[in-house]
Amino acid sequence: MSETITSKHVSFLEHKGKYKGLLGWILSTDHKRVGLLYLYTMLVFFSIAAILGLLMKIQLIAPGYTIMGPQTYNSMFTVHGIIMIFIIVVPGLPAVFGNFFLPIMIGAKDVAFPKLNLASWWIYIIGILVVLSSQFVGGWPDTGWTFYAPYSFRTPTNVLPALFGAFILGFSSILTGINFVVTIHRMRAPGMTWFRMPLFPWTLYATAWIQILATPVIGITLLLTVMERVLGVGVFDPTLGGDPILYQHLFWIYSHPAVYIMILPGMGAISEILPVFSRKRIYGYKAIVLSSLAIAFVGYFVWGHHMFTSGMSGRALYAFSFLTFIVAIPSAIKVFNWVATMHKGSLNFQTPFYWAVSFIFVFMIGGFSGLTLGSLATNVHVHDTHFVVAHFHFIVFGGTGYSFMAALHYWYPKMFGRMYDRGWANTGWAVFFGGFLTLYLPMFGLGMQGMPRRYYDYLPEFHTGNIISSLGAILMIVGAIIVIVNLVRSARYGEKTSEKNPWGGKTLEWETDTPPTLENWEDLPTVEERPYEYK
Amino acid sequence: MILGASTFVEGVDNAFMVILGISFFLGIGITLTIILFLFRYNQKRHPKAVQVKDSIALEITWTIIPIILVLGMFYYGYVGWIPMKTPPSEGIEVTANARMWSFNFRYENGRVSDKLYVPVDTAIIVNLNAIDVLHSFYIPAFRLKEDMVPGLPNNRTWFEATKTGTYTIFCAEYCGLQHSYMISEVVVMEPEDFWAWYEDPDAMVPEIPEDANLALLGRQVVERNGCIACHSLDGSTLVGPTFAGRYGETIRVITGGQEREIVYDAEYVKRSIYDPDADITVGFRPGQMFSYEGEITDAEIDLIVEFLKSLNE
Repeated sequence: MSETITSKHVSFLEHKGKYKGLLGWILSTDHKRVGLLYLYTMLVFFSIAAILGLLMKIQLIAPGYTIMGPQTYNSMFTVHGIIMIFIIVVPGLPAVFGNFFLPIMIGAKDVAFPKLNLASWWIYIIGILVVLSSQFVGGWPDTGWTFYAPYSFRTPTNVLPALFGAFILGFSSILTGINFVVTIHRMRAPGMTWFRMPLFPWTLYATAWIQILATPVIGITLLLTVMERVLGVGVFDPTLGGDPILYQHLFWIYSHPAVYIMILPGMGAISEILPVFSRKRIYGYKAIVLSSLAIAFVGYFVWGHHMFTSGMSGRALYAFSFLTFIVAIPSAIKVFNWVATMHKGSLNFQTPFYWAVSFIFVFMIGGFSGLTLGSLATNVHVHDTHFVVAHFHFIVFGGTGYSFMAALHYWYPKMFGRMYDRGWANTGWAVFFGGFLTLYLPMFGLGMQGMPRRYYDYLPEFHTGNIISSLGAILMIVGAIIVIVNLVRSARYGEKTSEKNPWGGKTLEWETDTPPTLENWEDLPTVEERPYEYK
Repeated sequence: MILGASTFVEGVDNAFMVILGISFFLGIGITLTIILFLFRYNQKRHPKAVQVKDSIALEITWTIIPIILVLGMFYYGYVGWIPMKTPPSEGIEVTANARMWSFNFRYENGRVSDKLYVPVDTAIIVNLNAIDVLHSFYIPAFRLKEDMVPGLPNNRTWFEATKTGTYTIFCAEYCGLQHSYMISEVVVMEPEDFWAWYEDPDAMVPEIPEDANLALLGRQVVERNGCIACHSLDGSTLVGPTFAGRYGETIRVITGGQEREIVYDAEYVKRSIYDPDADITVGFRPGQMFSYEGEITDAEIDLIVEFLKSLNE
């Protein structure tokens, strides 16, 4: 690709710094390389955790022992949850696309603290290693990713490394958050006022504040649990005079806002993609910005809806239920604005657009099932059943996962200077989408019937739903393999491109070289109008 | 909807109808709109996009309407839920004990059962007691679920069954290895049948007749208390050592960190039930079982011993 460009414009992929080869990557403070380091790490762990998920679904294809015993199954859903939550979706889009594109989209040369940024990735890697060490000393934990007390004190398995690893991963998240807040406040290009900032940076901004303010709570909680297990300090364990419900409060004070850490940047990516492939200005720019901030704020006050049956007092419960319904509104506003953006557009059916439109659909189903869970009477029936598992996967896998894939297919040519095979990309999407719905829709039915979650075995009346769901899982994994193989292969063999703006985007990243040079810009760009100003 | 058999069902199912009804209506509407747009504004049919100005009126409309809808949902959810939180002052009291991985139910007259027997159309107040970790008392047919929290005082729930029959009780809160086997049943009976069962003199075991089959009675104690969730009767290894073929043998245990040999006798059985961590059979983990002191009587332990002896034959 560099033949067509002058020698001064060396892409960040080919740039020769102080170190060569692998060291040139893992010691690079270039925000783009750091972003790709996260991407590769996540790809590896996503594959592992997805295989664990598939094995669980194969176990559930028939009642009784199918391919594994209960201890193995319980460990699998725990490790699947820990990897997917703490290693994949919490860092998720901010760590990959935030690092890569935030500076470019606001017209900066890097993030505010490049060394801290690299340190975040290293802390992330150390956290992962600590989590994984549980496999080699004492056996995989079997508590579920929530580590509920007092079972997490009674299990004979090795929970400590997992807890401590999650604690370390939290620091990576906090530091990335601080970095992004400072970058957005201080480093926007001349002329880029707050309301000229694209929507993806806006959602990163809202997310970064949650990362900074909520993550310490889980840090403290996990540390208290470690102290309780090691030193016998009674905080959560009733045999030591502790209170197990306190654990749930502290856990969800973080983990509910964390769901918004997972989904907000995804919403931002979708808000970038829809206008580009509709050739139209985003509808309701300010409404989308304000709703992101509203979600980040109200999201702090709804954690109690995870605990409607926990034994908490009645008055607190209906306050939590009420606030949960209120937090649904900003998400609804976003959906309406996205759909309105397509109205009278000129829709360009490309892979990122397929992922984005299917995102709206699965996110909507996730949102509606959330209303059933937010209401007191219905929550009591479906809480802790497969209904919750389905809802959660529609929001977090459907929401974050689809927006991640949309973003990856959207920014891929810019990141790698190569294009993926569009035919395979679309086929992969179609198979994945079909498999996804077949896998998770029956779980709503199973939950309504009363099948509890985290169930190794089940009564015969739940068999039909489980067969369909397991077949869907196989189909979905086939789709995921097509998508990932196509992307990985194309990074090496895909058609080269140095076209700056293949999709006709209006945001700043489409004005840099493809792939971008080390510091993105020779001269900082000046911004004179709002983003997405299609004429 | 699915099978319903308690006074809560109507309120809960109404809330389901309202929420699912609105959700399906809006969900299908939005999906059809998207499909229509995909069709009509396809680049091929609609090569030039028309720029539309934002409309504050529209933004306000689609903010206000969902707020009204969700407030309606909140109301139905609240109304359906309030009865669960307001138990009547009179009713039959039962204490539900949960431990890894079984339920048992203790009535006011001392009767203990592994299934929950209740009369129809009568308020039942259930004191929820968890002995080791979190469990959850879940009866889908009654739309009832409440966590059982160790150490939480006055944790209770209630229900009134409206149809006779047998319904499943699940543990809904993950509680370890055999969580998915922690299942019991609630048997809803006509009141006269219930009272006959409740006052059945044979079940009280006040005096054991001479010709009684002691081993069989022992087996009932073992089943009633859920022992076989962890201790097999066929020699296979579960969470705890098997019951089969052990009685009278010399076994190796760890006592206070020291390994020693001990005879598997009546005294050992009693110590294992009242102080499970005192002697841990080599190859098993301490901390898995809580004491049954106060739950299994000395007389019942004698019956268990007879049962264990019978397993050697």
